[in-house]
Amino acid sequence: MGSPSSRKVYKDAKSALAGILKDDMVIMAGGFGLCGVAETLVDAIKESGVKGLTVISNNAGVDGIHLGKLLETRQIKKMISSYVGENKIFAQQYLAGELELEFNPQGTLAERIRAGGAGIPAFYTATGYGTVIGEGKDVKEFPDSPRFAGRKYIMETGLWADLALVHAWKADTEGNLVYRKTARNFNPMMATAATTTVVEVEHLVEAGEIEPDQIHTPGIYVNRIVHSPDAPKRIENRTTRPRNA
Amino acid sequence: MAWTREEMAARAAKELKDGFYVNLGIGIPTLVSNFIPEGISVALQSENGMMGMGPFPYEGEEDPDLINAGKQTVTELPITSYFSSADSFAMIRGGHIDLSILGAMQVAQNGDLANWMIPGKMVKGMGGAMDLVAGVKKVVVVMEHEAKGESKLLKRCNLPLTGAGVVDMVITDLGVFEIDRSGKNPMKLIELATGVTAEEIRSKTDAEYVSAL
Repeated sequence: MGSPSSRKVYKDAKSALAGILKDDMVIMAGGFGLCGVAETLVDAIKESGVKGLTVISNNAGVDGIHLGKLLETRQIKKMISSYVGENKIFAQQYLAGELELEFNPQGTLAERIRAGGAGIPAFYTATGYGTVIGEGKDVKEFPDSPRFAGRKYIMETGLWADLALVHAWKADTEGNLVYRKTARNFNPMMATAATTTVVEVEHLVEAGEIEPDQIHTPGIYVNRIVHSPDAPKRIENRTTRPRNA
Repeated sequence: MAWTREEMAARAAKELKDGFYVNLGIGIPTLVSNFIPEGISVALQSENGMMGMGPFPYEGEEDPDLINAGKQTVTELPITSYFSSADSFAMIRGGHIDLSILGAMQVAQNGDLANWMIPGKMVKGMGGAMDLVAGVKKVVVVMEHEAKGESKLLKRCNLPLTGAGVVDMVITDLGVFEIDRSGKNPMKLIELATGVTAEEIRSKTDAEYVSAL
């Protein structure tokens, strides 16, 4: 008999997502570009055939990789993103009217997710005021605030999803997580902002093996863990400098 | 004669002050890191979650977990820290970053900036640009003065805005302008690029400005 928290550990991505996936659900997917993405979990979603998905993710993957796979199979109905960059299938489907797209400024997207996870239904920000992003949104001034007087702010709402797909470098069996370098990005907030959070990790250790002071995401936010030591890690733009410089 | 991309970047680098925390956009702004003046030390922020960005890695030392906002492989420095996207944009939106240098499609004399969307064309998204211009203490735009013979420095932007009244300085291949975001003072021409005359820049600028040469 393992420790109670070892019940969070699933043997593979398919079983970690079992009973959660349904058509028209809202999914958050961590990552910045292809850095810090839960690719094994996305593969399992592709296999499941679930469709009509709304996906909240800073980017939309690239052709044939990560969310690009779910675009190819037309499982995604709507994306909420800040930058959809170099993705031909995305452009084709969007221009043909087959894919809905909601652009959020990157900081607004991050804060909307953080707010949703923290039980904050809405907040005000200067970002996007005076642009199309602010159109139709509640505008407020704070004339009595020494910090915020003299500018206009728009209201943005907190986000919540049915499922968050999180990538971490290391987890213990309780679901305490540690991220590595810039692979952290949107993962910590998304872990807090979904009914079910499933984490794909490179390294899985027993509870107690991660120094508690070094934990980035406490296990309370994590429902299911899958150990994917061999998941591919890709580089979008490989840039180097000469050694003799 | 006018400034090259490198000369524009070198001019922008003069806006750096010792101890500054700086965010550099993609394109000419990225080149600014090659012209950091002697004796000045700045920390470069990458909005995907890194402060203290180092140079590109040596071949064979690329780390897929260590990229900048342009998704390029980079390295860390002794001052480096990593954080989440929410913390990264708290830095940006909370006014903790001293300087943002970014490119533009259009800038208006009142400081309006357009750099993310051309209606009718595929839109890639604003990424972090709207947050940067809304939150960073000083915003410097580096751009070509004209596109296809049309001035990019305008009385009013006709492209969708990234931010309204957000630009403090514009560095083009022809010269340098200062903008008072409060709107109390008109836009000022403060410097001419090498070999550029006041008459030439006047003839190529749609925006109204006063000369402070």
